Amino acid sequence: MKPWPPSAVRQSLIGCPSCELLCKAPARFDGQIRMRCPRCGAVLHTRKPNSLARTWALVIAALIFYIPANMLPIMTVTSLGKTQSDTILSGAAYLLLHGMWPLALLIFFASVVVPLLKLVILIYLLISVQLHSRWRPRDRTRLYRITEAIGRWSMVDIYVVTILVALVHLGNLATIRAETGAVFFGAVVVITIFAALTFDPRLIWDSLEKNHE
Amino acid sequence: MNQQTRITCHECDLLQQLKPPPPGGCTRCPRCGAVLHRSKRNSLNRTLALSLAGLILFIIANTFPFLAFEMQGQITETQLFTGVTDLYHQGMWGLAALVLFTTIIVPAVQLTLMLYVLVPIKLGRTPGHLAGVFRLLQTLTPWGMMEVFMLGILVSVVKLAGMATIVPGLALWAFGLLIFVLAAAAAALDPHRVWEKVRYAP
Ligand SMILES: [Zn+2]
Ligand SMILES: [Zn+2]
Repeated sequence: MKPWPPSAVRQSLIGCPSCELLCKAPARFDGQIRMRCPRCGAVLHTRKPNSLARTWALVIAALIFYIPANMLPIMTVTSLGKTQSDTILSGAAYLLLHGMWPLALLIFFASVVVPLLKLVILIYLLISVQLHSRWRPRDRTRLYRITEAIGRWSMVDIYVVTILVALVHLGNLATIRAETGAVFFGAVVVITIFAALTFDPRLIWDSLEKNHE
Repeated sequence: MNQQTRITCHECDLLQQLKPPPPGGCTRCPRCGAVLHRSKRNSLNRTLALSLAGLILFIIANTFPFLAFEMQGQITETQLFTGVTDLYHQGMWGLAALVLFTTIIVPAVQLTLMLYVLVPIKLGRTPGHLAGVFRLLQTLTPWGMMEVFMLGILVSVVKLAGMATIVPGLALWAFGLLIFVLAAAAAALDPHRVWEKVRYAP
């Protein structure tokens, strides 16, 4: 593999996270002083501050919330005196039993697989960075890009609950209520989006340069 | 654009000369493969036109009902905003806030600010606080989830189809169009063209 030139931070240069302007870092820039981009005013950091600790905290919080999000019902349907609560999984199972398997698959993927996949990838990236792994940095960066892109699609179940609640309120005939599981689920989606934003993919590449010292 | 722009990759921090992208293509970081710059012809004009169309569609999508639900002669119609208020009345204010933020506030603010930035530029002026406004626009990007909401509508329709009659409303068509217009506006925008307009002392 051909050696790459040292990264910008080792040449005392910082790329603005917002407008990409290349800025000179002051001597011994250690993140203690706040420097702003002269063009757009964004705060400059050589790496996202406290990236690993913050991402770990968010990932652990999301994992904890993921349990009630899947165990508790997300909505309750009351129709002609009968009451039925649905969790995310039972909602997907209902669709499957009624022959709507593409939809069941979609809901299962967006609501169950995507958040978990995102968390597993982030945990793997965090550990690999902490172990200074030099293994396939390009593929690991690609994994990071996937976590960034897929997270939003988990919101689909929240929107389905919202729309059903708004459409179905016919008193005794049929009413749908949102339940606590949906709150936890919304929290998981929001926290994992923040977790992906806090993780700094440049840390993956830093390990490659440390060994040249 | 300045051919000699030096940048650092936002995903791997590799310092490099930013090469202009081939027509219709994009420049990638040679080390990590991140997209650094995409070729976009007539970027600002196209983004302006699409944002304007987007704002009109957004207003239509929010003023008219997008679905009607009919069961044993009883009909409920729903607008985007009624979903939010119904959640709120059920005591789910957190969910209500999340839905309000991602499907109404963020798209509305994004479209308005985009016009605030692009209309003066089109007229040859520089809008006030351009850098701050454009930075806010970039921060909001991951939180606008109109296309996910559209998918939510489709899923709801299929789910309820067996239970009652679902009648699509005018807003539904506006929604459908809006998704494409928003995606096209995001694809047309070349942020470099906007940042070039910001005057600063290096
Ligand atoms: Zn900047
Ligand atoms: Zn790169």
